[in-house]
Amino acid sequence: MGAYLLRRLLIAIPSLLGISLILFTVLALAPGDPFGELATNPNVPPEVREALRLKFGLDDPILVRYLHWLTAMLQGDWGFSFASRVNVDELILQRLPTTLFVVGSSQVLALLIAVPVGILAAIRPYSVFDQVANTLAFVGFSLPTFFTGLLFILLFSLTLDWLPFVYQADISATGWRWAWEHVRQAIMPVCVLGFFQAASYTRYVRASVLDVARLDYVTTARAKGLSDGTVTVRHIARNALIPVVTLVALQIPAVFGGAIVTEQIFRIPGIGSLLINAMLANDTPVVMAVTFVFACLVVLFNLVADLLYGWLDPRISYR
Amino acid sequence: MTERGVTEHDLRTLIGEVKDGSLSRRSFVRRMLALGLSAPMAGMMLAQSGVAFAANPLRDAYKPAKAGGGGPLKLLFWQAATLINPHFAIGTKDQEGSRIFYEPLAAWDADGNLFPILAAEIPSKENGGVAADGLSVTWKLKPGVKWHDGKPFTADDVVFTAEYAANPATAAVTGGSYTNVKVAKVDDLTVKLTFKEPTPFWADAFVSSAGMIIPKHVFADYAGDKSRDAPANLAPVGTGPYKFSEFRPGDILRGVRNPDYHVPNRPFFDSIEMKGGGDAVSAARAVLQTGEYDYAWNMQVEDEILKRLEAEGKGRVKMDYGGNLEFLLLNATDPNVEVDGERASLKTKHPAFSDPAVRKAMNLLVNRAAIQQFIYGRTGRATANVFNGPAPFVSKNTSFAFEPDKAAQILEDAGWKKGSDGIRAKDGKKLKFVFQTSINAPRQKTQAIIKQAAQKAGIDMELKSVPGSVFFSSDVANPDTYPHFYSDMEMYTWNMTQADPAVFALQYVSWEAATKANKWQGRNICRMQNPEVDAAYRQAQGELDLVKRAALFVKMNDLVVADYVLPLLHRAQVSAINGKLEAPASGWDNSLAFLAEWYKQA
Repeated sequence: MGAYLLRRLLIAIPSLLGISLILFTVLALAPGDPFGELATNPNVPPEVREALRLKFGLDDPILVRYLHWLTAMLQGDWGFSFASRVNVDELILQRLPTTLFVVGSSQVLALLIAVPVGILAAIRPYSVFDQVANTLAFVGFSLPTFFTGLLFILLFSLTLDWLPFVYQADISATGWRWAWEHVRQAIMPVCVLGFFQAASYTRYVRASVLDVARLDYVTTARAKGLSDGTVTVRHIARNALIPVVTLVALQIPAVFGGAIVTEQIFRIPGIGSLLINAMLANDTPVVMAVTFVFACLVVLFNLVADLLYGWLDPRISYR
Repeated sequence: MTERGVTEHDLRTLIGEVKDGSLSRRSFVRRMLALGLSAPMAGMMLAQSGVAFAANPLRDAYKPAKAGGGGPLKLLFWQAATLINPHFAIGTKDQEGSRIFYEPLAAWDADGNLFPILAAEIPSKENGGVAADGLSVTWKLKPGVKWHDGKPFTADDVVFTAEYAANPATAAVTGGSYTNVKVAKVDDLTVKLTFKEPTPFWADAFVSSAGMIIPKHVFADYAGDKSRDAPANLAPVGTGPYKFSEFRPGDILRGVRNPDYHVPNRPFFDSIEMKGGGDAVSAARAVLQTGEYDYAWNMQVEDEILKRLEAEGKGRVKMDYGGNLEFLLLNATDPNVEVDGERASLKTKHPAFSDPAVRKAMNLLVNRAAIQQFIYGRTGRATANVFNGPAPFVSKNTSFAFEPDKAAQILEDAGWKKGSDGIRAKDGKKLKFVFQTSINAPRQKTQAIIKQAAQKAGIDMELKSVPGSVFFSSDVANPDTYPHFYSDMEMYTWNMTQADPAVFALQYVSWEAATKANKWQGRNICRMQNPEVDAAYRQAQGELDLVKRAALFVKMNDLVVADYVLPLLHRAQVSAINGKLEAPASGWDNSLAFLAEWYKQA
């Protein structure tokens, strides 16, 4: 397994390099520039704009800029945001806790819904419960989060006036009040994301349980006279959840990457909104850093998923 | 005698009477109104002629009797501040964020008058502040002002700010306001600005958004190359009404009341919060519909939606008119011909627009009234002028009309005959235009209105819309940016950020034409070349008599609008505010320029 790990890690290096080069080139070729707004300000003389472009190296050839970025990145220097002139790592660390809280909670919520519902639906296929669950799952992943988000705001903020629709990362209250305020403002975004995710997880869990439930060893277990509950929990669920674990592992980068659209709708100051604002402002260093971290996480968790797979199902060997 | 002559003569007599006391201020304003001039213009004329304001309406409107006690003030900015050093501000949002903590010597009020903030008084000829030869200006600073860390504010800070901004290594976006002026300390509370040539418009340095003063003792070690490393870039130390407490770029900016603020009884609020993110419509909702926030900035939302939200009764929409102009430019050069590897070169002439008849017809085909009524509502006024304020610079000689039949007749008479395809042509040249603008719902609707009228008159128009981030970028390599102007017509808004047209007017002078040679950084985008306009501009730049100078800009306006520029709308700065909030602002300055004067009614 050690050799397998080492080989996989070595393969990861050129893929990450390739990803970063492609990202950088695409960003450099994209129209617009970080000082676009200066261009429309009549009071800013053209010389100042040119001096800024020069200072930030925007007029250098793409390859030169990329090598600059790469050498700095290898030394742990993530660069600084053109828009706020703050170091990129600082910006990301500021946003990370909020994203982890909101997107993490939504993943937990999704699993809490999907696993029991998926298993129950699969055990009694085509029952009323299964059909209702299926329908809801289809509706759930057909509705995009920007739509359900707006729907929630319309219902719970504007009509009923129960929940705030502007998210505050730092609430000045303390103690229980602090916790309550956090929960209150997180309810809508967590539910929007959680329901969406739960819908697709439910389908996976159901399919996987259906597959396992037909296997011979389950029949054997039943023949031994074990109770339905024991068979379901100890024999079916354990094995059926293996592919689901992989799926969840592959979703972890998304937890770190934030939910771009949902964060924008609820004004959540997370990584997702950082990324989208940086893209709109053509703030290359921030976009590069966030997307590169994202790429690293995807590569890493793919590896983790592969390792997990082998550990959960010994029939899969490392080669 | 022309109407303008009469006005100028009357003015001088009347101002004299106010000065020697035989005419009261109020009756002066009344007579000016009778002459068809606006009240702000009257005030401006008096101020410029050395008749000081007896009272300050902005200060008088403030009701609270003590500072503090107003609770939190919650501002919602759909574009959040990303940095809080005013000299690095990339956009208005950053200027607004900085303005909470930093202050200039003076700000522009709603009538285009200077309002002293860190200055003890506004320099004028009478108080000896403005030199008769126009070569120098002396500012007296307000005594007893303290920085947030307790150190006194002095002339050293003012001189330092100018040096800091002018240093090319700092790459300050405000650099332009400080490069042509020498700033020297006279004593601790006096600074003298010296210009290379007579400068009638001297209120650029140290005024408004470009003029925010930063403390020398905090920034001295971080001028030039090290400017980015200053810790105070993220934790400002200013003189403003609120002290800095927290900043997360792109998300939230917080301040608390400055107990040592230099204006008595101010500020009213105990703390301030500026939250960013989201979009303009939902920001309007948070103020007008749910009341979660007190103020939402820059409502680029169709008036119809704003009216519906206003009906909830929780707040109101506020318009502050400055000089922002939505206009249509006709290309003076030919975008379809390449000369020495350059499209729309100055060496070419537009095949159709070089004929004055076509330009005149185009002007008659724009239905400004409909555009205002059906698209912009209260947020814009149809206009025939490029200078829409302050009052002395607004021409009364112009008008607009929508007369498609007359336009067709003009084209017919000029020899542009309709072909079998219904499109007019002359000497093999067809009236087929590409009309471009940025992607923005009101702009696309406006394009459609103009295209429809043009089609009826025999002009074929192809509409093109470019994403805003491309259209408004300074990217030299991208042919779709507005300064490249590789189409026949284009439409956008140009902001007038000072209460004086000198900088704004640069977009009509021939030497500013945007070309390949200056990497399309020139400001004259339509590339019109009119020696008369150039002459009027040059003369205005050196004219120290402000009444004559205003007349020169009016002349320039009249020449430009009869040429390649079709003004469409005078646009307001629109904000949504809580029903109880009194938030004085000016269209000539940042929305938060008068933050210290804000309060909530009981």
